[in-house]
Amino acid sequence: MKDFLFVYRNDNKNAPTGSPEEMQAVTKQWMDWIGSIAAQNKLTDRGNRLESEGKVVRPGNIITDGPYTEIKELIGGYSIVKAGSIDEAAEIAKGCPIYAFGGNVEVREISLL
Amino acid sequence: MEEQELIPHLFRTEFSKITAVLGKLFGFEHIEIAEDIASDTFLLASETWGLKGLPKNPVAWLYTVAKNKARDYLRRNKLFNDKITAELQHNSTELHEIVIDLSDNNIADSQLQMMFAICHPAIPVEAQIGLSLRILCGFGIEEIANAFLSNKETINKRLLRAKEKLKQGKVKIEFPAKAEIGNRLDAVLTTLYLLYNEGYYSLSQNISLRKELCVEAMRLTQMLLTNNQTELPKVYALLSLMCFQSSRFEARTDDNDAQVLYDDQDTSLWDWGLIKEGKYLLNEAAKGTEISKYHLEAGIAWCHTNKADTEEKWESILQLYNRLLQIEYSPVAALNRTYALAKANGKKAAIPEAEKLNLAANHLYYLLLGYLYTDIDNEMAAKHLKIALQMARSATDKILIKQRMDKLTG
Repeated sequence: MKDFLFVYRNDNKNAPTGSPEEMQAVTKQWMDWIGSIAAQNKLTDRGNRLESEGKVVRPGNIITDGPYTEIKELIGGYSIVKAGSIDEAAEIAKGCPIYAFGGNVEVREISLL
Repeated sequence: MEEQELIPHLFRTEFSKITAVLGKLFGFEHIEIAEDIASDTFLLASETWGLKGLPKNPVAWLYTVAKNKARDYLRRNKLFNDKITAELQHNSTELHEIVIDLSDNNIADSQLQMMFAICHPAIPVEAQIGLSLRILCGFGIEEIANAFLSNKETINKRLLRAKEKLKQGKVKIEFPAKAEIGNRLDAVLTTLYLLYNEGYYSLSQNISLRKELCVEAMRLTQMLLTNNQTELPKVYALLSLMCFQSSRFEARTDDNDAQVLYDDQDTSLWDWGLIKEGKYLLNEAAKGTEISKYHLEAGIAWCHTNKADTEEKWESILQLYNRLLQIEYSPVAALNRTYALAKANGKKAAIPEAEKLNLAANHLYYLLLGYLYTDIDNEMAAKHLKIALQMARSATDKILIKQRMDKLTG
């Protein structure tokens, strides 16, 4: 079993809006999906969401604000999941609620140092 | 002459108090001496009270005798005495000035400190439970063997080995240092949780013994709440959980001592006083910022104090299990979560979830699949129930599974 990083990306414009009931339904989808992974004993780290405000540090000690929330694929959060292979990890990622809102999940194996 | 009633469990309760105080005095290296003095005290009590009747104050009688025996022992064993007086130098080294303090405060402190010493990660958990039952709860070896469905020889060996290990590790009977107390407390809580489970889930037919295990686990957990170093939210949560579970004790067995499942229980037999107590404790547990697995389990148990089969209830339970599994995975939690999901999201949604669980070594897994497929695909349901029946070990489980299989064909 190896650890895989799930990186959640979406266009901020696609963030779910609607009545509190609808928002709660989306929250439930996320919690049920993460719970499902945990029930399979494959959740290494539930992870977290990331704040929208960011900074980028570049060569020459240049710090700029960004990436801006207007970009199409802003990283919104991450989780770490256990699987036997990257294909298996990608299968698990299929259950993520983000797709209904135009987002995607990048799956990357974590190399042990 | 007024006839005093011999308080039930008096010897057991006082055994644990006397052993804790003397154990702390002599140190864990000489724990057997503390146990022997306590046992001798009760032997004398049995013989004397049997002939002469109960003393006016049985507890004070016991303490006086125990103190005298301890002092006699110290007097007769000067070499031993020199070792321990070095540790507890008071103003004077006069033998008769060694204070054997059996005040309520010292008893409470000693028992708590003994709990930390016994629930030590250096020894296996079942040994921790065994030692707790012996030293903290005053259970006899035979009673412990009954509780574990084992025999006296095995238990004796287990306890002896555990004591040796603790002695080798020079474990002291004292509160752990502030930096350590978090970890050590977790070990204690695990042991108390498992002790409670022994009573609640044990396959032993001795129902009154099982109840006593639960009562002892609750008593020891309650003790932790009396000391401000261990009066923490997760301890409140654990005690709350135990209250909720215990509230159903009377309803869990029928007149023939057969098991009554939750759905069939008569709620008028539930102990609503205990449920109220559990709610109070859960509120106390909610103060502060910590959410432990005990909080979540207590929350789930609280949901179950409402027998109504509503979607809202099961949705709450599902979300609590989602969070519990993130903190700590266990096969039972995974199975229960899937059951809750079936109730909240429907059986069709739950079936693929169940099939991902990968718990093929567990008969409860097949029981769950059997339940999920019932009325959806009865052929599949029957297949799974058959496997569950083959794997089931207890007579009660087999009866239950057969009932479910009969319902499919009937």
